[in-house]
Amino acid sequence: MKNGIAIDCRLDALYYGDFLAVRDSHVPVESGSITGFIGPSGCGKSSVLRCFNRTNDLIPSFRFSGNVYFQGQDIYHKSIDPVSVRRYIGMVFQQPNPFAMSIFDNVAFGLRINKYKGEVGARVEQALRQAALWDEVKDKLKKSGLSLSGGQQQRLCIARAIATSPAVLLMDEPCSALDPIATRSIEELMLELKTRYTIALVTHNMQQARRVADKTAFMGVDISGGRRTGYLVELGETRQVFEEPREELTREYMRGKFS
Amino acid sequence: MSDSRSDSRSDSRSESRSDSRSESRSDSTSDDGGAAGAPVAAPVARPPSAMERLSDRGFTGATRILTWGVVALAGYIVWEIGGHALPAIREYGTGFLTGTEWDANRQQFGILAQIWGTVYSSLLALLMAGFVGLTIAIFLTQGFLPRTLETTFRYIVELLAAVPSVVYGLWGIHVVIPLLRPVAEWLHAGFSWIPFFSTTLSGPGMFPAALVLAIMILPTVAAVSQDALTAVPHKMKEAVYGIGATRWEAIVKVIVPAASTSIFGAMVLGLGRALGETMALAMLVGNSNQITLSLFSPANTLAAALALNFPEAGRIETQALMYSAVVLLAITLIVNVIGAAIVARATKRLEA
Repeated sequence: MKNGIAIDCRLDALYYGDFLAVRDSHVPVESGSITGFIGPSGCGKSSVLRCFNRTNDLIPSFRFSGNVYFQGQDIYHKSIDPVSVRRYIGMVFQQPNPFAMSIFDNVAFGLRINKYKGEVGARVEQALRQAALWDEVKDKLKKSGLSLSGGQQQRLCIARAIATSPAVLLMDEPCSALDPIATRSIEELMLELKTRYTIALVTHNMQQARRVADKTAFMGVDISGGRRTGYLVELGETRQVFEEPREELTREYMRGKFS
Repeated sequence: MSDSRSDSRSDSRSESRSDSRSESRSDSTSDDGGAAGAPVAAPVARPPSAMERLSDRGFTGATRILTWGVVALAGYIVWEIGGHALPAIREYGTGFLTGTEWDANRQQFGILAQIWGTVYSSLLALLMAGFVGLTIAIFLTQGFLPRTLETTFRYIVELLAAVPSVVYGLWGIHVVIPLLRPVAEWLHAGFSWIPFFSTTLSGPGMFPAALVLAIMILPTVAAVSQDALTAVPHKMKEAVYGIGATRWEAIVKVIVPAASTSIFGAMVLGLGRALGETMALAMLVGNSNQITLSLFSPANTLAAALALNFPEAGRIETQALMYSAVVLLAITLIVNVIGAAIVARATKRLEA
């Protein structure tokens, strides 16, 4: 699977109600690597990421035209159940959002809804170890997930997402609510996780993309026509996008002319 | 120490500077404007005037008086009722609570049957209203319907709260009881060995009363549960749907548990209303002092007995009725205190 395409996003238009939020963004996400999405606020990078596992379906006014291929299937095809898509493509959100239940139950949640027949405890431990949280919580697995600190909660959410070994892990600004130390540990974690999972990462922090992403997609905002519509400006190797951008807009953004 | 001193010095310096500036402006505005390149807006800060301080103090005082006034009023009501009940409490003591006979002529007073009827009818009502109310709340908050339809249905459910109690009573007598009668007959005929169906429905009785009571407390339970469910953070819903849970799994395993303390609060609120409800029960429950599990047997409740016996009560019976009122008050108080305690404990457990 190395360097195969895990998710092939061919987004033509994404609407919230009548508002065209994103247009023309074709992003292939390579397996076994981290693809970063950067861009100014309002460019729709989170909206695009949320198309990868149909989280946008929770918003009633959401409409989508285009295709997102995952394992050769268009996940927006009529016959596809969004619930099953989300079981194969995990997500970590901007705000840590553990469930109001014990640490153990949080991580075991995905296993249980998938009716996992094996040793749940072992999978939970493995997920917590991969999320670099095991040593901190192994003595208090029965405590509420909400009792942890922000950084620990976010790692708990990562453990919850990877407990079922999803094919792809989507991370939507996973560090934006965290302090620099917690951010650093999550970044190290991402680099470690990419050996096992394909990761798509949205971040408002350009340096973070530079530090962890293999490929970077830069998205811009088109304000012609009086409305703010996001679109893909440039996609390439992270080093190339940051140091030798092909597009003038990317160059300006990298120099900090707007954000 | 030195820090604060230097602070105060710099404060006084800046004050004097601003003073001098305001002086210069009052001398000639054109000079000042010329120096700054553009006219500088005059500083507008000033300490609150004596009048403003006074009105602030007056406002604080008024809220304090009104708050304590409510507390005092509640205390006064308990004091008065307790005072009037005192002779009966002295006379009958705890035997009043365990007796089942209410005979004004023989001055025999016991309210166990009424207590039983109050608690049994309220719990039955809560069982029905809790189940239906929570279901409605889930249905109207979890995206099963378009937004506009959700709001419309919410209004309709809330309208149930606007129907006067006596109208519910009339409806119960003329619609519910005739409707229930054949069902009750059938249940009694086939399953009379189950204690719940051991008698026939002769007319007014426990089940029609509890059913109407359930409809009466339904808006309370449904509205507070809806608020509780809408208060579940969106990020938690995203999390549970994002992990691939079906709607059923998400609602049952995460969303309802996350709102469970407030939902429990809704139940306690509904139970409190049911315990004190009077008119509809007085019309529907049958006013017969019996202690039985049978759903179709007539029964009595404290509130209904109070309402029905007061008009013709003599001095001694009035005292006994006051005693019943104290007992009813105590029951509602205990229910609310236990409810609040459980909510507080659950909240703590959820957060820690």
